[in-house]
Amino acid sequence: MTNLITLTGMRVRLALRNKMFFFFSIVMPFGFFFLWLGVFAKGIPAACAFYLGPVVAFNVMGSFWGLSATLVMFREQGILRRFHVAPVSAADMLGSSVIANFALTLPTVLAELLFASLVFHVHTLASLPGILILVAVGTISFGSLGLVIASVTNTMQETQILNQLLWLPLIFLSGATIPLAYLNTTVQRVGLFLPATYLVNALQQTIVYSASPWSRYVEIASLICWMLLTFFLSVQLFRWEPEAKIPRKAKLYVAATAIPFLLLGIVENRSDRVLREAKDAFISLSGAPRSSSSPGVKPGPPSTATNPKAKEVSDDRK
Amino acid sequence: MPEPVLRVENLIKRYGDVEAVRGVSFSVREGEVFGLLGPNGAGKTSTIEILEGLRNADGGTAVVCGYDPGKQADALKHEIGAALQSTALPDKMRVMEALKLFASFYKRHRQPEELINRFGLEEKRNAFYSQLSGGQKQRLALAIALINDPKVVFLDEPTAGLDPQVRREIYDIIEELKRDKKTIVLTTHYIEEAERLCDRVAIIDHGKVISMGTPQELKQASGDKTRIEVRLTKPESDATLKNLEGVHDCRALNGAYVLHCQRPPQAIVALVKHLETQNNELVSLEIFTPSLEDVFIELTGRRLRD
Repeated sequence: MTNLITLTGMRVRLALRNKMFFFFSIVMPFGFFFLWLGVFAKGIPAACAFYLGPVVAFNVMGSFWGLSATLVMFREQGILRRFHVAPVSAADMLGSSVIANFALTLPTVLAELLFASLVFHVHTLASLPGILILVAVGTISFGSLGLVIASVTNTMQETQILNQLLWLPLIFLSGATIPLAYLNTTVQRVGLFLPATYLVNALQQTIVYSASPWSRYVEIASLICWMLLTFFLSVQLFRWEPEAKIPRKAKLYVAATAIPFLLLGIVENRSDRVLREAKDAFISLSGAPRSSSSPGVKPGPPSTATNPKAKEVSDDRK
Repeated sequence: MPEPVLRVENLIKRYGDVEAVRGVSFSVREGEVFGLLGPNGAGKTSTIEILEGLRNADGGTAVVCGYDPGKQADALKHEIGAALQSTALPDKMRVMEALKLFASFYKRHRQPEELINRFGLEEKRNAFYSQLSGGQKQRLALAIALINDPKVVFLDEPTAGLDPQVRREIYDIIEELKRDKKTIVLTTHYIEEAERLCDRVAIIDHGKVISMGTPQELKQASGDKTRIEVRLTKPESDATLKNLEGVHDCRALNGAYVLHCQRPPQAIVALVKHLETQNNELVSLEIFTPSLEDVFIELTGRRLRD
């Protein structure tokens, strides 16, 4: 436990001394925040509430990118090798990475929520516990995905290619950049197999409708399952040495990380729950009342937003 | 005689089809500086990494400080210190922070302040790792290796890649540790390092120990012969040169003729006379006092650096 704490402290200190960290963890998330809420949502509170979930999810999901790159760099430079000869376990090393990552992501998320409240009048105090639970689970689970990537790739180049291959579907098919309701049906169905879709939807529902954490138990439980699986796999596949190449067969283990959301995707594709919720949230932009009710979900705030596409979706429903 | 603190018997390590360590056996007594001397790829690092608990052996037994490195690596790591080859610390980690961090990993540890002073890093205590010179980085690596006051210290090529002046600084530090009766196992391919620092040396080649003893014993066993290296304008038969008066052995190595001589003056006179008769000339002639390099050449027919 002591190792975990001291290593976490070290990782936080090192990140704070890194200029790249400031760019990727502060400048870029706030760039997206003001672009989405200020430009796309035009500062209209209901539209800002709709877009705040994806913006926070975007920030949370970015965890896996930085974590995998840092770990591979540490391995290539022989830094992990130095720790290996000390009484430090793989779980200490990896656990400290995800905890430090959460500690570093949380202030940015809180600042985004504060700015959303002060500048865009999106008040999230009532739904703060739910948001924090989702941010914690999301940051740690996506961070663990980064650890698996670092464990199965041999070089920084391989890591960046795999990151890119995962990142693009995660952000474009989940509703993080383009609202899920806006995507065509086939893409929506594919999106239901991605963990990002559940994180985006749960955050959106929590922020727009002040949904209680309990009402988002499916998303939270599935993300926790995924987190435990990916973290376990990353510990099993972890390599301290750059020379210790991973066998090709072991790379197939990465496929195992898809299992929880493969199963959930099948269930959700049958029930359409997430798609319905995403559509309702999108419709809320046009000021239409919420059609379906989920346990623990309060009616959304009256919206003053005008969004032609939202109106189209709303008309379709009627 | 003190009990061995480290014992290795018939150690084997394979990487796929390649057998890197092929039945290495030796033991190290408490307070001894033991060297594994051999060329790159001889199996030194693999041997030392098995003893540190970083790799599993494919055969043989090893006991370090009473622990089996393959099965009790976690407990063993509290008892040993190591400065590994090609390791680093994060660029933005400060010197004092690094020492405090590594101190926190061990059940017992020395004061980082004491090690900072001992290794001459006082002025660099708040410097980032990236701001240190090669020598300072290596001093920090040694300080970290000693942070837990280890019973055995492993130094894998401690001066590799350092310039001669920094290398001598590191020698001074290791000699100081030797005076403190620290048990040290070091790997090297520098003759000077092995001769100057080690109480005993195992010469290792192609994964096998080919000779072992004190540097003096090894040199005496090979006849304590002076090495004369000559380059000639025309090639000569090494068998002919070997038969010259005073010459014990002759080998052609990288365009030079290496003559091991028990009576160097007679050998030189005989060589010059022979070259005159053959209408051949000397391009260069160098004389070396007997060293472990000669032992290695005699045993393997190659230089350590080949």
